[in-house]
Amino acid sequence: MERTGSISFFDEMQGQGGDVRAPYQDFCEWFDAEEPARIHRKAQQAEAFFRTTGITFAVYGQDEADERLIPFDVVPRIISASEWRRLSRGIEQRVRALNAFLHDIYHRQEILRAGRVPTDLIARNEAFLPMMMGMDPPGGVYTHISGIDIVRTGANEFYVLEDNARTPSGVSYMLENRETMLQMFPELFAKVPVREVSDYPINLLRSLSACAPPACQGTPTVAVLTPGIHNSAYFEHSFLADQMGAELVEGHDLRVVGGRVAMRTTQGYKPIDVLYRRVDDDFLDPLNFRPDSVLGVPGIWDVYRAGGITIANAPGTGIADDKALYSYMPDIIEFYTGEKALLPNVPTWRCSDPDHLKEVLDRLPELVVKEVHGSGGYGMLVGPAASRKEIAAFRKKLEGNPGNYIAQPTLSLSTVPIFTRSGLAPRHVDLRPFVLMSPAGITITPGGLTRVAMTKGSLVVNSSQGGGTKDTWVLED
Amino acid sequence: MLGKTAGSLYWMARYLERSENNARLIEAGFRIALTRSNSAQAEWRSVLVTAGSDWRFRQAHGDYHSARVVDFLLRDPANPSSILSVVKQARDNARTARTYLTREVWEAVNTSWMTLSALLKRQVREDDLPDVLSAIRQQSAQVRGAWTGTMLRNDGYNFAQLGTFLERADNTARILDVKYFLLLPSVAHIGGSIDNVQWETILRSVSAHRAYRWLYGTEISALKIAEFLILYKQMPRSLAFCCDKMQENLDWLQRGYGEETEAGRMAIAICTDRLSRPIQSIFDGGLHEYITDFLRANAALARQVERDYRFVE
Repeated sequence: MERTGSISFFDEMQGQGGDVRAPYQDFCEWFDAEEPARIHRKAQQAEAFFRTTGITFAVYGQDEADERLIPFDVVPRIISASEWRRLSRGIEQRVRALNAFLHDIYHRQEILRAGRVPTDLIARNEAFLPMMMGMDPPGGVYTHISGIDIVRTGANEFYVLEDNARTPSGVSYMLENRETMLQMFPELFAKVPVREVSDYPINLLRSLSACAPPACQGTPTVAVLTPGIHNSAYFEHSFLADQMGAELVEGHDLRVVGGRVAMRTTQGYKPIDVLYRRVDDDFLDPLNFRPDSVLGVPGIWDVYRAGGITIANAPGTGIADDKALYSYMPDIIEFYTGEKALLPNVPTWRCSDPDHLKEVLDRLPELVVKEVHGSGGYGMLVGPAASRKEIAAFRKKLEGNPGNYIAQPTLSLSTVPIFTRSGLAPRHVDLRPFVLMSPAGITITPGGLTRVAMTKGSLVVNSSQGGGTKDTWVLED
Repeated sequence: MLGKTAGSLYWMARYLERSENNARLIEAGFRIALTRSNSAQAEWRSVLVTAGSDWRFRQAHGDYHSARVVDFLLRDPANPSSILSVVKQARDNARTARTYLTREVWEAVNTSWMTLSALLKRQVREDDLPDVLSAIRQQSAQVRGAWTGTMLRNDGYNFAQLGTFLERADNTARILDVKYFLLLPSVAHIGGSIDNVQWETILRSVSAHRAYRWLYGTEISALKIAEFLILYKQMPRSLAFCCDKMQENLDWLQRGYGEETEAGRMAIAICTDRLSRPIQSIFDGGLHEYITDFLRANAALARQVERDYRFVE
């Protein structure tokens, strides 16, 4: 594979260098007639709007007062109706499979018996929660909310890069990006038929309520559990609670009272039926998990087991989005749905396998290497963008603990233009659609969050690494 | 509503009130420092005592040098009552209670924090001080405007109002506590007038020097000033006004929740025992003792509100 920048990438607006692609035609017509100075002014207004609204995130390890904005680009990423149909079918299939896999892994483990996934990969995985064995989460749902990261490499080539089945974040940006676009360029939405995203919070509330536990009486009480205002995603937690009309709670607001998890209100303790938790499994219950955690609720586990509360996502879902397991997803999908995966995986080398490791070490400068349990773009190597020194240092880490890594080819991610002072300039993007699951079915919000690498040639779109976002449009049929 | 959220609304309001009060104290102190350089030190000391920051200031600094005191009160991160610290705490509490605030209120609080942390990034030059103080007042007025104009009149509103008026009563009482000796008959000897600049400073520190003149004309007496600040119910920073508001908001809470509380009873007791008597009888019993007792009762009420409404476990 060649170095970044020296090969041609598929541009979603221009195709392979030809005319404007169909989904972008209406937009480009509008854009060409606009004064760049006006768009520039609007872009600045958007930034001020994000700041006063407090749509900021804290970067770990930096000054606490240093709240940063995720850069927002005003050029939307546009997906045609037919492209979206194809994507959403593949996503739905994948989420169904993930859920069936979780149910199986925590019950009969048929897939291990059939030898389709190595037993070791589960049994020795930190994300596997033995306490979930035999448990039936209310409604049979494990992954109430998931985010499936998708990349595109050509007109008809889409890959799933990653599954997020724990606590995927970013949905508030999807919603606020659309709000911002509507405020800045209302006329654009009269011109281009774009599908709505604003019903996500109400769908989320419906979805969570549909999974109420046996102990629930009447309308379910839903609450969002946050680690607190210093968490990098706090804005999203409070945003979602606000939009759903749910309470935003922290561990110290909760305790177990009369066999229920209850929140301390001004009038005493009141039971919660569904807890949308945005803290990791480890921190949920200091009695049953990490004793040093102050983020969770002592005893919540016992209430959960007894059907007193729904925890969303269910504890133990991390086993399904583990990067070591990712390479088995095509088998997993086939095993549970009886169909071939509609959306392919990115080819992946498992460094725990000696043959794979050897090949990875040989080709390190051209590969992307990720930690199995890592996220947010931390601790990864992008071979083509790394210096010799960085590659050498990474090689040492990889040889020291190969089981901790997987490797993938450096994908030629598609680009979508961003608006710069000197006009439109292509930048690499990915896509995270958000998927809700309840006993009533699966709901996928049209589009999702488009993340964009703001630096020329960069393939890293993570916000913690300077990536930005775009509004994502799915066109009406 | 969550007890924590009630507490956050209450503290958000207290801190916002505190930032405004401290700005007013700085303004009054600065005026004296400019016009009467020989009483500047004493005046800064009493400002620091009123703000509850004197011992902390003395730990770090030697004398009451104007620029140092102003910097300490405005922006010293080591001073938890500095305007910068207080506005930051107001914003943190607003973030915690974000789901209960209207977009307008949150944006006003957040903008206030962004504006003031930019203004107070560096030490403020003496000739810029009036502008900075006026910006602080403006920010606070914007928050209050958004608050009054957009918030539902529900329990959350009541908790924030309680925070505002407990803090304000505390502030007015502290000003009286620090300055009470100026109002004693022995200083303002009978029939004579008390020091013009001094009484004006007291009134300025509650933004009421003009209101006083409208009300009492040229008659400046210790008794009248004390009456104005303690008992006059139309004056929005008087103890009587603040306590009326506390009682009113506790009343709403008790009715809304259908539950009488100890805090409610305490507020009534403060109003009837301490604020329904003529000013002369307060002076007869000793102004200083009166103020000390009021501060104690006010603080006890604040603690009881936190307990009754479960702000913390």
